[in-house]
Amino acid sequence: MDLHKLSLNQQLNGLKEGDFTSTELTSHYLDRISKLDKELNSFITVTEDQALLQAEAADKRYKEKSNLALDGLPIAHKDIFCTKGVLTTCGSKMLSNFEAPYSSTVYEKLDNEGMVMLGKTNMDEFAMGSSNETSYFGPVKNPWDTEYVPGGSSGGSASCVSAELAPVATATDTGGSIRQPASLCGLTGIKPTYGRVSRYGMIAFASSLDQGGVVARSAEDAALILEAMSGHDSKDSTSLKLDKPDLTKGLDDSIKGMKIGLPKEFFAQEMPAYIEKSIEEAIEVYKSLGAEVVEVSLSNINLSLPIYYIIAPAECSANLSRYDGVRYGYRCENPKDIEDLYMRTREEGFGKEVKRRILIGTYALSAGYYDAYYLKAQKCRQLVANDFSEAFKSVDVILSPTTPGTSFKSGEKTDDPIEMYLQDIFTIPANLAGLPGLSVPCGEYEGLPLGMQLVGNSLEEAKLLQFAHSYQSNTDWHKKMPNI
Amino acid sequence: MALSDQELKEIAYLARINVNEESLTSLKKELEDILGLFEELNEADTSQISAMSHPLDLSQPTRKDEVTEENLREELLKNAPSVKSGLFLVPKVIDGDN
Repeated sequence: MDLHKLSLNQQLNGLKEGDFTSTELTSHYLDRISKLDKELNSFITVTEDQALLQAEAADKRYKEKSNLALDGLPIAHKDIFCTKGVLTTCGSKMLSNFEAPYSSTVYEKLDNEGMVMLGKTNMDEFAMGSSNETSYFGPVKNPWDTEYVPGGSSGGSASCVSAELAPVATATDTGGSIRQPASLCGLTGIKPTYGRVSRYGMIAFASSLDQGGVVARSAEDAALILEAMSGHDSKDSTSLKLDKPDLTKGLDDSIKGMKIGLPKEFFAQEMPAYIEKSIEEAIEVYKSLGAEVVEVSLSNINLSLPIYYIIAPAECSANLSRYDGVRYGYRCENPKDIEDLYMRTREEGFGKEVKRRILIGTYALSAGYYDAYYLKAQKCRQLVANDFSEAFKSVDVILSPTTPGTSFKSGEKTDDPIEMYLQDIFTIPANLAGLPGLSVPCGEYEGLPLGMQLVGNSLEEAKLLQFAHSYQSNTDWHKKMPNI
Repeated sequence: MALSDQELKEIAYLARINVNEESLTSLKKELEDILGLFEELNEADTSQISAMSHPLDLSQPTRKDEVTEENLREELLKNAPSVKSGLFLVPKVIDGDN
């Protein structure tokens, strides 16, 4: 049986019914990883022994009828989530020898539901990148065509789920790092409201924007896992004081009479004809399901990219100051004094893009520039958030493309940082406003998938997933998988 | 937005990242391009807007000052590049005659 073709709910039912065991399911995925991942490089660490032990424990619970909610389901974790006793690198040389002394809340929550960790997925270094080419552990390939990038920074998570080396994976999103790779790999990826998922033990990049989420093969799968990851955590001071939402109950509810907003500023931009066509077709599907489509205005949305490239580097320069070669991580050889230790450790331990962003952030926060850059950006960020609040007075969700195109070839954008940054032009605004956003596959061009993005009002993940699920119940784009 | 070599070196020192002379020119160009993006923000009128601190405008939570975690000293030291007598070891920090 092709166990990897089953949805998460089908796998869960199979486990409950005793059609197969978690050990069989887990071994099936481990086999696929060992066969197929050499080329894709989507995993940094495969935790085979631990996975089989977890699977065995799940099987025992099934036998004793004491099984947990997601017992025995395999999952891959982005290597940004700390996992106790397991290498946790964040895709960096700086943490290439770091075994986390504790686990992230996300890992704990899923572990507590019985999920089996297959391994830790590759990613852009410290989640900075849109092509998964900045990883110290080598680039990740897109399973749809290995000459192409999987997107980033959660490129390993997207690549391995798309190649069905794992049924689902955790991911994180600071400016599009879940939704952009989901779009480029033909997956469903959701970033929830800021504060919905705990950031405890999730290695920080830009703390006011970072948020954990999922890449999956359908909205139904994503809902199941995101629900289990969510909920208040006293270990994260920005965690929302709310119980975990019910994300699966309303999936099949009709979207009839609900309103979709199309931001005219996005659609005024020139975009490739194939994107326009796919988006128009998706809109037609929604109309046929009874949704109303109206134009909305997000008049400050064009400020999003510069706002992001001030705030994210500023916060990253502060967050990454902890990597000093003293307490953990990489240290340069033979430092001649403490200053030399800091300067060379950071020169050698960080890759090019990370250093670039630290320098930009240091500049933006330095004396004399703080007001002009960081403060100004935080004010403009409020303008963007206000635009969304205004728009959500009249619509339920906002629809746009996820990315400005399908995937691009490895190496194509590495020499031009700004060209790479433009990958996130549609996804960044949701992070600035702290809103939930998801990407679902809605088309294909020259054999490569592309996605549409839905952004919802604060805390309305359930509605977003309902919209995504109703689309997926009437289309087949999400069922297409690469031939590998 | 032009950066001088001196400015770039100062920023690199503030960030404690060694930048070698050969990469100065290309790095400067990249940073200038990125800083150039920021000029768009000057056109936005923010005179009536206060800076955003949290997207959902929460206040900072506090908790009782109670011990919630055990001592992880040994665990944490395992990841240190250099340790002596339970302490992080670094090159000499304070200069002196002896």
